[in-house]
Amino acid sequence: MNYVPKIDRRSFVVGTAAAGAGFSLGMVLPMGQAHAQGTPELNAWVVVRPDDTVVVRFVRSEMGQGNLTGLCQLVAEELECDWSKVTWEYVDPRQNIVRKRIYGAFNATGSRSIRESHDYVRRGGAAARHMLIEAAAKNWNVPAAECTAANSVITHRASGRKTTYGQVALAATKVTPPDPKSLKLKDPKDWKIAGKPIKRLDTLPKLTGAQKYSVDTQLPGMLNAAIKACPVRGGKVVSFDASKVKGMKGVKNVLNVGGTAVAVVADTWWHAKTALDALPVVWDEGPGAKASSATIAAMLKEGLEAETNLIGNQRGDINAALSGAAKKVEAVYSYPYQNHACMEPLNATARYTADKCEVWTSTQNAEAVLAATREASGLPFEKCEVTVVSAGGGFGRRARTDYVTQAVQIAKQMPGVPIKLLWSREEDMTQGTYHPITMCKLTAALDANNNMTGLRVRISGQSILATLAPARLVKGRDPATFQGMYPGGAEGALGYDIPNILIDHAMRNPHLTPGFWRGVNNNQNAIYLECFIDEVAHAVGQDPLEFRRKMMGKHPKHLAVLNAAAEKAGWGKPLPKGVFRGIAQQMGYGSYVAAVAEVSVSSDGLLTIHRIVGATDCGHAVNPASIERQISGSFVFGLSASLYGGCTVKDGRIEQTNFHNYPSMRMAAMPKVESVLVPSGGFWGGVGEPTIFVATPAVLNAIFAATGKRIRDLPMKNHGIRTA
Amino acid sequence: MISLMINGQTHNVDVEPDTPLLWAIRENVGLTGTKYGCGVAQCGNCTVHVDGVAMRSCSLPVSAAVGKKITTIEGLAVNGTLHKVQKAWLDHEVPQCGYCQSGMIMAVAALLAEKPKPTDADINNTITNICRCGTFQQVRAAIHAAANA
Repeated sequence: MNYVPKIDRRSFVVGTAAAGAGFSLGMVLPMGQAHAQGTPELNAWVVVRPDDTVVVRFVRSEMGQGNLTGLCQLVAEELECDWSKVTWEYVDPRQNIVRKRIYGAFNATGSRSIRESHDYVRRGGAAARHMLIEAAAKNWNVPAAECTAANSVITHRASGRKTTYGQVALAATKVTPPDPKSLKLKDPKDWKIAGKPIKRLDTLPKLTGAQKYSVDTQLPGMLNAAIKACPVRGGKVVSFDASKVKGMKGVKNVLNVGGTAVAVVADTWWHAKTALDALPVVWDEGPGAKASSATIAAMLKEGLEAETNLIGNQRGDINAALSGAAKKVEAVYSYPYQNHACMEPLNATARYTADKCEVWTSTQNAEAVLAATREASGLPFEKCEVTVVSAGGGFGRRARTDYVTQAVQIAKQMPGVPIKLLWSREEDMTQGTYHPITMCKLTAALDANNNMTGLRVRISGQSILATLAPARLVKGRDPATFQGMYPGGAEGALGYDIPNILIDHAMRNPHLTPGFWRGVNNNQNAIYLECFIDEVAHAVGQDPLEFRRKMMGKHPKHLAVLNAAAEKAGWGKPLPKGVFRGIAQQMGYGSYVAAVAEVSVSSDGLLTIHRIVGATDCGHAVNPASIERQISGSFVFGLSASLYGGCTVKDGRIEQTNFHNYPSMRMAAMPKVESVLVPSGGFWGGVGEPTIFVATPAVLNAIFAATGKRIRDLPMKNHGIRTA
Repeated sequence: MISLMINGQTHNVDVEPDTPLLWAIRENVGLTGTKYGCGVAQCGNCTVHVDGVAMRSCSLPVSAAVGKKITTIEGLAVNGTLHKVQKAWLDHEVPQCGYCQSGMIMAVAALLAEKPKPTDADINNTITNICRCGTFQQVRAAIHAAANA
């Protein structure tokens, strides 16, 4: 569920004779490092060099989640190459326009990198294998069908002759490529490289300081920029007194950036930031300045009872179920704004001339960076060059390109000079695209036998799409609002059989810009649903696991994962005195997840999470080691937000400015995580986000079991809960 | 000019004495392995060793580092041989995005120099770096592995 830029292909002069390569454009575009070294590609995904090196093209962006290694595994699996010879390169996003979107989507968002590109990257690997075998067979003058390939070696079975991929690589580039759709892909049960917990391709440079992140970009003659945008979203620059800082050491320029921000350009970033801090700026803060957490809460509260026709899931007759109920349970929950707080603050480097605009940055969507560069520079695509550099985290924030636009706007005012724009942590906290704020009222109808006969859910609050991608609203409705609550489908179906359901949304959009925050709307929806189901179970005196199981007969995959987590955790078995369990499950991004948390809470609110079991069914598991890391990391990300996070609003601006007032989990609070992978095959689900959904509800339900106190709004620190 | 001894080499840098050591290292010396994460000594991404002690360089003025031995992540491996912490990090595949790991590794190397066999409590009390990817489970395992290497 994410924003994909609309690329205006008409602005690109593509020759009608384009035969799958960039050359017929009448311009030369970089084809990547591998090509620059003189080795032609076998196809869009694979280059084999004469020394047997295999270069896999990667477009989705690696920001820690392991999609790079996973996608390379899938290509290598079909290519039948020697894994130790595999390397990789990013692709210039213009290639995708020139080559008629041969690379598919570039965005690494919505846990989609593998689940949405596994098919075509594997076909790229298979096609390359086919061409290499064909070239060897032609060289030996034997039928290709008599040859096999394994581990980068091609063998003619009858004669025993052997050659390597590198030796036939050049000849293979001249073989007519097969139709990728005609190729039969391997059955995952026969995988040798994919499906294995093999080591990541990108670890070593991260241990020595050698890894270059976007923020480490260095160019000859480069200057550094620090920026401050109006702290109230929607506000504008009225004036600033550059004379106050122009004489400060290293300062080169003080600039208005797009009418909404002010930047100081200096020799070093430290000089730029020091001057920016001293720069007097007058803002027109606009109408947003009147907003506060209280006014936003009132806006959302009104939406809990308002009329709406934005329905996400409806079956049966909820009104009849509620009026005929033997018992009803009702509760109101809420979820606050959150900041992504990527470890690497947002930054981009740009160099603008009348002929060219170059950008170096870390992103979750290189195509969106290209579109932003084009728009901000005013130059056509072919004169915009984007180099993707490693990202220090993304979590959805780097799917936005506001920082790229600013860098280009600054560079455009100083033509020819490379400018590195780096946001301070304070700017990053103030100018977030925040996890949307919502409130939710849930009502359950129960019959005389304590069966749940109806579920009424009203979500009130902010829509991400309404602000970021209004074209994707469906009749005014934001489908993503209902993540994890859909009536069915492969993306995120509700896992409970309840005969009467009505889930709807009263859209209430405060002035702050919302964003896709790792897990997105699944995060609050899982808390709302899974804590509420827990409440209902307790209200009727039933075990929370058993109560769920009774309603999951028609959802065997949801149930199997829930059972896997419960079994591993030993649900129902005795625990040490003072330790209590909580459970939760959810489906999202095509995967099924469940968690069981074991916690204790001291009389003065010290929460210890002794253990969390996280179970995942992602269909096909491409790299189990990576998945385990995504599971344990997801608990950190989700629980950091719900334990100590939450962004509040005063005078229209976000109050949290850095990690002292927006804390993140540290070693001492880290629970022991046990991952249970139960990939059932037959589908492809994401793994970068889903465990986040269940992290918080499992812990909140365990806290209730421990304390009898139901926490319905976050962060937990507001309820006297703290960690070591 | 201020003279700094970094990774065994003397660097003369033209900075004001109150410039944070982090920015002198990154911008004036050009060693970019040490990272900026918060600027207020909260996250530990900028951790370096000053006379063997783990320090958050974003909040340490260069004037306080003059005459002291500064080690950055680039100086941790000796003659191309990884430090045992780096080795354990490689074996346990600790990094995800990796951005915080320079500081994390420097903090852990200093801990092990002081306490060769740290307990979990020692680790919890000493390693207070923030990692937004959430690598702590692998960090803990790798610390114990390095301690036993």
